[in-house]
Parts: sequence; C-alpha cells; structure tokens
Amino acid sequence: MAGDQFPVTRWSVIDAVKSEDPAEQVRALDTLFAAYWKPVYKYVRLRWNQPAEDAQDLTQGFFAEVLERDLLAKYDLAKSKLRTYLRLCVDSFVMNQEKAARRQKRGGNATHVALDFQGAEGELAGTTIDAASIPSPESLEEFFEKEWVRSLFALAVEELRKFCAERERERTFRIFEEYDLSGDPEISYEKLAAEYAIAITDVTNALSWARREFRRIALERLREICASDEEFHREARAVFGSDAA
Amino acid sequence: MKFLSDKAVDRLRQNANAPDLSGTRYQLLERVARGGMGVVYAARDEMLDRRVALKVLDVPVADGDLACRLNREARVLARLEHPGIVPVHDVGTLADGRVFYTMKFVEGQRLDKHIEAVISLPDRLRLFLRICDAVAFAHARGVLHRDLKPANVMVGAFGEVLVMDWGLAKILREQSAGKSEEEDPEATILHVPRASDSPADRTQATHVTGQGTVLGTPGYMSPEQASGDIANVDERSDIFSLGAVLRFLYTPPGCEGNQSRAWRHDKALEAICAKAVETNSSNRYISVSDLSADVSRYLDGLPVSARKETIFDKAVRFYRRHTVAILLIAAYLVMRILLLIFSHR
Repeated sequence: MAGDQFPVTRWSVIDAVKSEDPAEQVRALDTLFAAYWKPVYKYVRLRWNQPAEDAQDLTQGFFAEVLERDLLAKYDLAKSKLRTYLRLCVDSFVMNQEKAARRQKRGGNATHVALDFQGAEGELAGTTIDAASIPSPESLEEFFEKEWVRSLFALAVEELRKFCAERERERTFRIFEEYDLSGDPEISYEKLAAEYAIAITDVTNALSWARREFRRIALERLREICASDEEFHREARAVFGSDAA
Repeated sequence: MKFLSDKAVDRLRQNANAPDLSGTRYQLLERVARGGMGVVYAARDEMLDRRVALKVLDVPVADGDLACRLNREARVLARLEHPGIVPVHDVGTLADGRVFYTMKFVEGQRLDKHIEAVISLPDRLRLFLRICDAVAFAHARGVLHRDLKPANVMVGAFGEVLVMDWGLAKILREQSAGKSEEEDPEATILHVPRASDSPADRTQATHVTGQGTVLGTPGYMSPEQASGDIANVDERSDIFSLGAVLRFLYTPPGCEGNQSRAWRHDKALEAICAKAVETNSSNRYISVSDLSADVSRYLDGLPVSARKETIFDKAVRFYRRHTVAILLIAAYLVMRILLLIFSHR
C-alpha cells in the first residue's frame, strides 16, 4: 500500500508533490490516486453520463492531466477543500476533451496504482443512484464525497486486514468483518462468540481493538490526502461526525 | 479490495466515532447531544452505579487545540461549584486517545424547548434570574462563558436551571491577583469595571494576548466577539448574550423573532434588554448583578434603572403594583357615593 512507504516527515501529498525528489512525488501521487480514482471514475460515469469505456479513458486521462499540468501545485487551500478542487478539475477536464484528441493523448501510465475498472463498474451497478436525480452542485458534491469516503474506508479496511495478518490476528479481522462490514442484521456478539468458541468479552475486546486500529489507519490515510491541518480536522469531522445531531 | 456497501460505511463511521471506553469505569449508553466541539453521550458509571453525561471530542484526533480546550473546559467547570452550573466528575483520555470528561447527567429540557410550556412572563423572568445567578457566580470566579444562549441552558425535571457548554469559556484573572496556577493562554487580564470608571477607562482597561478569533453564536454574540476583538471581550460580552436571552424569553410563544408582538411590548423590560445589548459595551450594565437587579425590580413593580419614567409611567406602574388595593378603594368610594346619593333622596 502506498501509505506504508509514505515518508513520515511529509504528511501531506500537496507538500510531497512539490518535493525535488521524483520518487517521493510518485509515492505521493500514488497515495492520492489510490484514494481518488474510484470516486472520479464513478463521478464521470454518473455526472457526465459516459459509457464505461469512455469513463475509463477519461479517468486515466484526468490523472495524466494532473501530472502534466501540475494541477496539485496550483491548488490553493484558502479557496476550497482539496476534494472540491479535484472534482471541479474533473468537470473542467471532461468538458474540454474531444473524444478523438483524448484517444490520441491517453497513454494511461499516469499512476502505479492498479485501476480495477471492472470492479468499480460492478460497484456502480449495485448502486441505485440515478444520474438524473443528482442535478444540483450540492448533490454532486455529496455524491463525490460519499464515494470518496467509501474509497478511503475501503483502503483502511484493506490495510487493517494486512495489519491483522502481520500480527496473527486474522480472527479479530474476521469478527470485525462479520459484525461491522457484512450488514447482516441477525449478527450478534453471542453468535460470534459461539461461532469462534470464545467468550462474549473476547468478541467485545476484538471489536474494540479492530475499530480503534481502523480509525487510526483511516485518519492516517486522511491526513495524507489533506492539504493542511485545518482541512484535515474539517474532513475528519465530516467523515466521522456525519451522524451528528 | 472489498466493496463497502452504504450500510457498512455508515456502520464503520458510527463505530469509529463512538468513544472507546475500554479500560474506563464507564459503559456507553446512547448519544444525547452535540456541543460546540464535542459529542455528549449518556454513560453508566459502573463503580458508582449512576448515569453520567460523557463529553468527548467529535473530531477523532487526540492532539491539538481542541483536546486542550476540552481539558480546559473540564477544569473551568471544576472550579465553578454552583447549583446553576453542571458539576464535573472526572476527566481523562480514552484508549483511542481522545480527551473526555464526565459530568452530572441532567434529566430535563433545553431552555428553548422548556419555555414553550411556560406561559407566564414572571415565571420566565424568574428562570432568567437563575441563569443570571450562575453567570454572576462564574464572573466572580473570573470566568466568562462566551456562548450564552437558550440552547446552552438546561431546565431539570425539578425546575433546576443549569448553564451548560462551557467550551468557549475564557478564564480571566484580576490585575491585582498573582499569577494564576492555570492561566489561560488566551486570557484577557481583567479589570473589573466600576460604576465610577469613565467609559474610556472601562474600554481601555484590558490587555490582550490573542486577537482575531471569532467564537460564539450569531444572534447571541456581542459585537466585540463577532468582530474577533478579544481585547474588549469581558463580562459585558456575557451581559450582551444575557440581554439576547432575555429578549428571547419575553417573546410570547409562537412570536419568536417578532419583537412587535412581545408581551404588552413593555417599555421597562424593553429598556432593560436594550441596555444589555447596547452595541457599545461601555453603555451596557456593568455587571450581571446589576442586570438581574433591574429584572427583579421590574418583577416587583419598582422603577428600573434602564429607563427614566414619566409621571404617566409612574402612575401606570403604581396602578399595576397596587391593582387590587386601588380597585377595592375605588369600589368602596363608589359605594359611599351611591349611599350618599340614595340617602339624600
């Protein structure tokens, strides 16, 4: 995972892309692309009503453009959130593209992150969002944010799985997966305790540990893809505090 | 990478945000409210077997200014032992690194909800006087609330009034006092204004260590707070907020925001409000005690310091204060006159 190699002294991708060291730049961009490519792809599919093939093209093209035109260096954190800035860049990019020119230009190697478009397309098919139902800028922002949170959480869950495997806590991860991720309304602490032949308090402790680690990882990834401390705090509140009254 | 459904994302979000109480004496029950910088949960203190309110930062980070502020809020509350201020029980850091504190769990309603059932103006004003008592006490201990509003006042099941959410509180210290043990880095060095001070003295008596930060709630925040003019934020800023609360309280049910329909549009009460919410802080009441004394005088049918009375006003007030006696005397006189008329026929 890109985040594992990310230098601790430069916690923001915006700082890192401005670095003189090309290797550090690539690592920073990979971190950013890993978090953003799926939201961008789904956004292009829905907002711009593009067929899957063209949306794939545009997504890769957009990240190529981020590199070529040095868009991250132009980001002004006083004006907007990084997430909003990137979404507006996507809009502007798609609007300005001509299909033929696009096909000529796209080479595709903008990022080292594997872009699983087929998987993203499958996720999109599972959602019930109708492009016509999201016409306002607010709902577009909301949709993009929702997909961005999903992408961030998916990265954190994946990293938690590896983290658990390294510490031989696979059972902890499975409990976490079954209770917090499966969405099974029938699942209970008692059932899990019976399934794994452990005490209910062990289930409670396992969940408590996994959630704590999940939050730590998610916040670390979030910190990396925010441009400033202030933005990080704002985004952390938006990501974790949206159930607020 | 595993696809996360909307339900899974919501669940992760909810669980990741819930405070991790492992290793503490508390058991999480439910979320009850959200304050300026934290979320308040109901929790059970397993050692004392009682329900407490647990406040924890809503931003899930352990470091930084917000954690310091929550810690400070707990310390501020700890120094304010008063029946009108919610008592703090415990403060600490959770396993997830977030700062928390626990306080008395107040079973009741927020003032803005509670007054919907309080029809009588005197009853509303008595509630206001109890808020003033708590704020005056805090001021006497060198603490400004800075976010007084109906939503930050709770009225308990037995009518107790508690001023809540001291997250924006500012610790002041008197110039004559020595260096405080827990000095607020943002502290204004307070010179408590006296009636004998000239307006210039009163406005120039403060010294500042931080400037430009806007903290508070629009509509209840004094102009000096709204403009981030920390140099001029003192007791009179809280008095401004209390004036706005008073205005809210004397607006009858269903007429919030419509000042023209306030109770009888009482000139004396309006003058009290106007004086409390003066734009220029030096024209406001000097202390909360002065404000509450004026409201008490109004309740007792006495003249208020905020308004010079005409003879007509005096007569009206005299009539209101002695309505029963005046009516009895008038009835007696009418009876005597009628008796005289009939006896001379």
